[in-house]
Amino acid sequence: MAEEEIASRAVTDAEATRFQRDFPCLQQEAHGSPLVYLDSAATSQKPQPVIDTIKRFYETSYSNVHRGAHLLSERATDAYEGARSRVARYINAADSREIVFVRGATEAINLVAASYGRANFGPGDEILLTEMEHHSNIVPWQLVAEQTGAELKVVPITDDGELMMERVDELLGERTKMVGVAHVSNALGTVNPLKVLVEKAHANGTPVMVDGCQAAPRLAVDVQELGCDFYAFSGHKLYGPSGIGVLYGRQDLLEAMPPYQGGGEMIRRVTFDHTTYAGAPAKFEAGTPNIAGPVGLHVAMDYVADIGLEAIFAHERDLLDYATEAIQQIDGVRLIGTADDKAGILSFVFEGVHPHDIGTILDNQGIAVRTGHHCAQPVMDRFQVSATTRASFGLYNTREDVDAFIKGLHEVKAILG
Amino acid sequence: MADVRDLYQEVIFEHNKNPRNFGVLENPNRFATGHNPLCGDQLTVYLIVDDDGTVSDVKFEGSGCAISVASASLMTQMIKGKPQEEVEHIFQAFHDVCMKERDVEETPELEKLAVLAGVRDFPSRVKCATLAWHTIHAALERGEQGTEVTTE
Repeated sequence: MAEEEIASRAVTDAEATRFQRDFPCLQQEAHGSPLVYLDSAATSQKPQPVIDTIKRFYETSYSNVHRGAHLLSERATDAYEGARSRVARYINAADSREIVFVRGATEAINLVAASYGRANFGPGDEILLTEMEHHSNIVPWQLVAEQTGAELKVVPITDDGELMMERVDELLGERTKMVGVAHVSNALGTVNPLKVLVEKAHANGTPVMVDGCQAAPRLAVDVQELGCDFYAFSGHKLYGPSGIGVLYGRQDLLEAMPPYQGGGEMIRRVTFDHTTYAGAPAKFEAGTPNIAGPVGLHVAMDYVADIGLEAIFAHERDLLDYATEAIQQIDGVRLIGTADDKAGILSFVFEGVHPHDIGTILDNQGIAVRTGHHCAQPVMDRFQVSATTRASFGLYNTREDVDAFIKGLHEVKAILG
Repeated sequence: MADVRDLYQEVIFEHNKNPRNFGVLENPNRFATGHNPLCGDQLTVYLIVDDDGTVSDVKFEGSGCAISVASASLMTQMIKGKPQEEVEHIFQAFHDVCMKERDVEETPELEKLAVLAGVRDFPSRVKCATLAWHTIHAALERGEQGTEVTTE
């Protein structure tokens, strides 16, 4: 797509300012200054329609789902299953039965590692991850590797924070039983060439598990176009409530996988001798689920889709470019993550100043950023830093927010420099 | 909220830039590594404790924020030559001040450490200030062969 075409459709600063008013939590001061929230990659704030819908759901339609022949149960079931359809549409899944509700992306990946992994991995098998994965796309695989005798292999990254794609071919082998990769890196902002990676993996007969946490709120995701086998993301980063997440899984894979947890809702028939299981997705949703969560996520997806993901991506990219240029004028700043294809995540270190100190001084001026290892310690090791400071953008951020952030960094220099 | 400049006092900058007793101690008889999983920081404290319980030498190394490095530096300066019980006593006083359980005026034994009392108004930074102390506490208690501790 031509750059001008994207730019012409980007959310403007004036629009972003208007969206900001939809988010009650952003209408406050922090330590005596207007709150500037630059931590949406950790979690996003919630717009009024999401908050109102959850409240109204509890006030008018709450009941348990899939049981009870009464009015409220029907209403709750309709809302819950309606949300499943909404999610399927959001990522263009072929069938809403490919959508499993979970607590978050972490649980989604644990589900696949435990269920698919234990059933399919054996001694000497390999799980291919990348050096830029979040701990949630490393540790579940380590756990299943310990149980099955499989081993982890890692695609390294370049100094710019891009995957070394030329290494993928040699790392994919006949023992490779799973590829795990982030769509967008939470620590670097890199947008990975997922389609190419999926093609390579599939040519090798290997399924791909995608951590879509940072992608789902900022770029249009089409799981059929990507061709991936599993895709995980969390509602709370997508302007929805916390405690609800999504696992997309290709239907044939989900049907073949054993249950992850046992209990009510996931069964067809139980006797003490034998139990038969429900089909997907019910098979993976044991117990009373988070019912209001999907209902809130439904509205969050409507809110985001109304604005348009291309427009949101272009806007965040504009803020990223604006911030990148400004921050490079400050002496001693080193960007961590300089890939060509990047989403609205800006990670950096400041020579001689620890990120924790930067975070405290920015916070004192009302500016919220994330400091630390971002649950991606292998990335920190790769760049030989213990931590970074990360500013990340959401649909409600403006160039004015970036200006405040840059001014804040000058204050950091004045105090600590 | 307290002014951030109350937290970052000159003494803290100075110790952060030129930490005292920084490095590895040869032949320690107690040592421990402390981790702050929240930020990934870690530091190692090495001690020589004499037979009579006196901390005759101490060094530390590691990476961390200004607060944790300055705290470790000030700590090592302060405890060198002190009996083990007194070190634990100072740790308790420092802990209580950071957690707002006692005021600085009630804990004269803190001496120079009082400059770190500002962290009490920055709850997310208390663990930075106490990391070195948790580490030395672990080293004294069970660090003959080395040990680890986290702030979690």
